Amino acid sequence: MTRTPRKAARAAETAVPHRRRRHRHVGTYAFIILMAILWIFPLIWTIYASLRTNQDTTLHGYFSLPSGLTLDNYIDAWNGAEIPRAYLNTLVITIPSVIVALLVSSMVAFALTRFKWRFNIPLLMIFVAGNLLPQQVFIIPLSKMFLWSGFFVPAPLSDTGLLFNQLFGIILINVIFQMGFCIFVLSNYMKTLPKELVEAAQVDGAGVFRIWAGVIMPLCRPALAAMATLEFTFIYNDFFWALFLMKDGDRRPITSFLQNLNGMYYSDYSLLAAGAFLAVIPTLIVFFLLQRYFVSGLTLGSVKG
Amino acid sequence: MADREMNDAAPAQLALASTAGAAVDSDVPSRRRFSLPLRRAPRRRRFSLLTRRDKLVLALMVGIPLAFDLVFIWLPCFATMGLSFTDWKGYGAINFVGLEEYEKVWSYPFFEPALIHNAIWLAWLACIATPLGILVAVILDGNLRGSRVYQTIFYLPVVLSLAVIGLIWQLLYAPDVGNGFINSFLDALGQMPISLPLPDMSHTDWLGDGNINLFACLVAASWRHVGYICILYLAGLKSVDPQLREAAAIDGATSRQTFFRVVFPVMRPINVIIVVITAIEALRAFDIVYIVNRGRNGLELLSALVTNNALSEANRVGFGSAIAVVLLLISIIPIVTFLVWQAREDLE
Repeated sequence: MTRTPRKAARAAETAVPHRRRRHRHVGTYAFIILMAILWIFPLIWTIYASLRTNQDTTLHGYFSLPSGLTLDNYIDAWNGAEIPRAYLNTLVITIPSVIVALLVSSMVAFALTRFKWRFNIPLLMIFVAGNLLPQQVFIIPLSKMFLWSGFFVPAPLSDTGLLFNQLFGIILINVIFQMGFCIFVLSNYMKTLPKELVEAAQVDGAGVFRIWAGVIMPLCRPALAAMATLEFTFIYNDFFWALFLMKDGDRRPITSFLQNLNGMYYSDYSLLAAGAFLAVIPTLIVFFLLQRYFVSGLTLGSVKG
Repeated sequence: MADREMNDAAPAQLALASTAGAAVDSDVPSRRRFSLPLRRAPRRRRFSLLTRRDKLVLALMVGIPLAFDLVFIWLPCFATMGLSFTDWKGYGAINFVGLEEYEKVWSYPFFEPALIHNAIWLAWLACIATPLGILVAVILDGNLRGSRVYQTIFYLPVVLSLAVIGLIWQLLYAPDVGNGFINSFLDALGQMPISLPLPDMSHTDWLGDGNINLFACLVAASWRHVGYICILYLAGLKSVDPQLREAAAIDGATSRQTFFRVVFPVMRPINVIIVVITAIEALRAFDIVYIVNRGRNGLELLSALVTNNALSEANRVGFGSAIAVVLLLISIIPIVTFLVWQAREDLE
């Protein structure tokens, strides 16, 4: 068991016979390259299909070399399917949802991890379990609640006084549903911060709100950046809430809006491909720019219910 | 071994040092070690540091989000259970009918297929997609040239929404030769000079044929799932102490033995999470199936039955709720497994 320096040195010398390793590598490389080609292909095909001209595909089908590529399908999809409005809806939903979810979750995580209280673990579980439930388990009463005038929502947030069919309603449910996951990840992160930080601030006479804002939040910046990236993609990609808690197509965010696209362009694969690709561009940009944050967001908590 | 012991003990020391109450410079590990004996005494002092206002602020910080969580998630969750004992149609009087709706669910022709499809979904993810993700992660963990590029490729589908994934695969699966990639490809294979001893499948309606569309959807779902598992597993592998592998290598273990006997066991926390995620993903499966055909004709899943019955023109709220309760009861298994495991970790 004990590792002496001598043994470590020997380990370096004998560390896995190199020759055998290289042999195995040929097979490994072949496998991983094949997998990678298979994995990137659906996206490549989508882009390729979206760039084909109509004449070209009616004559030769999609499985052919192009006689010319065009961006017309993007222009058509952009104009015809009212994608700009869908983008705007998505933006209005996603940005506030991410910000509020992270602020609220960091407060809860702070309160539940930095102070000893008997109910910390049960409360944490209530939040986390809520996020792990399949949405279908509670969507039926939830959709009725959104239609209930008992939750009166004032004018700028809702034009009917209800939560149903409102961007605000979608923001609300996104924040509440994502909270469980954010609290879980942030509390795991906060547990790794030295406890004496909070105590030192307390001794200095800071109130808990100031400690949260001035000590904990700045220290959580890496975790918050990762979570913001991840939550952006989660909320952006959400399809479910708008589908059942909204009725007007023109209020739906882009992912739910694709459902319309699917019906509209059922036979025009180029338009469908262009629409689908337009819908993924923002997440792809976020992914390529912030891949590190995205990955660390997923692995910080190592779970997404 | 000596320095490893220190690493293992570090978090514990941190926690112990913290009870000393004083601000310890976190850059000085030696000082932390000296604070070990102060373990118990100042526990109570932390409470005295909280003023009444602090307590109020903390109560609000937890209380308000908790209230929203209870009202918008847990209340409807229990309401679903309540509604499952009624024959409510979404409007008018709510009549208590006992277990009648459950009896209807039991004899509903799509219920058994849905259960089987969910089971197949779980089995596919557990036996094919998850192991494939682990395999890719293990390969990428080795010193592979261009590992970054591969990572990006495998992670890409994870950022896509399942609804878009459904659309993208519709393009690939389109039934007519010439439009759908897969059938065109199969057709091209058939026209090669050397005929392959394969049946001609180039006219398969991948998403329309009720016998195979579930598997077609599973392939699409795996496209994302493999990358997801790969991200989680690779992070786990990177956190394994390299000394363990070295020790195994010294003892003459092959790389396969090293993985199965040494690495896999110490990855237990990640393994638990991956099992739970796989189970939950299988129960949550919905979006792809919904985009393809709203969960009909071979694609019935419990989740889709709930919305198709309760949130459609049919308005069978009581009936849909009963199916939702079945889904809930099944989901409780992985959720409780995870929470119990997590709580145990927390207590340790």
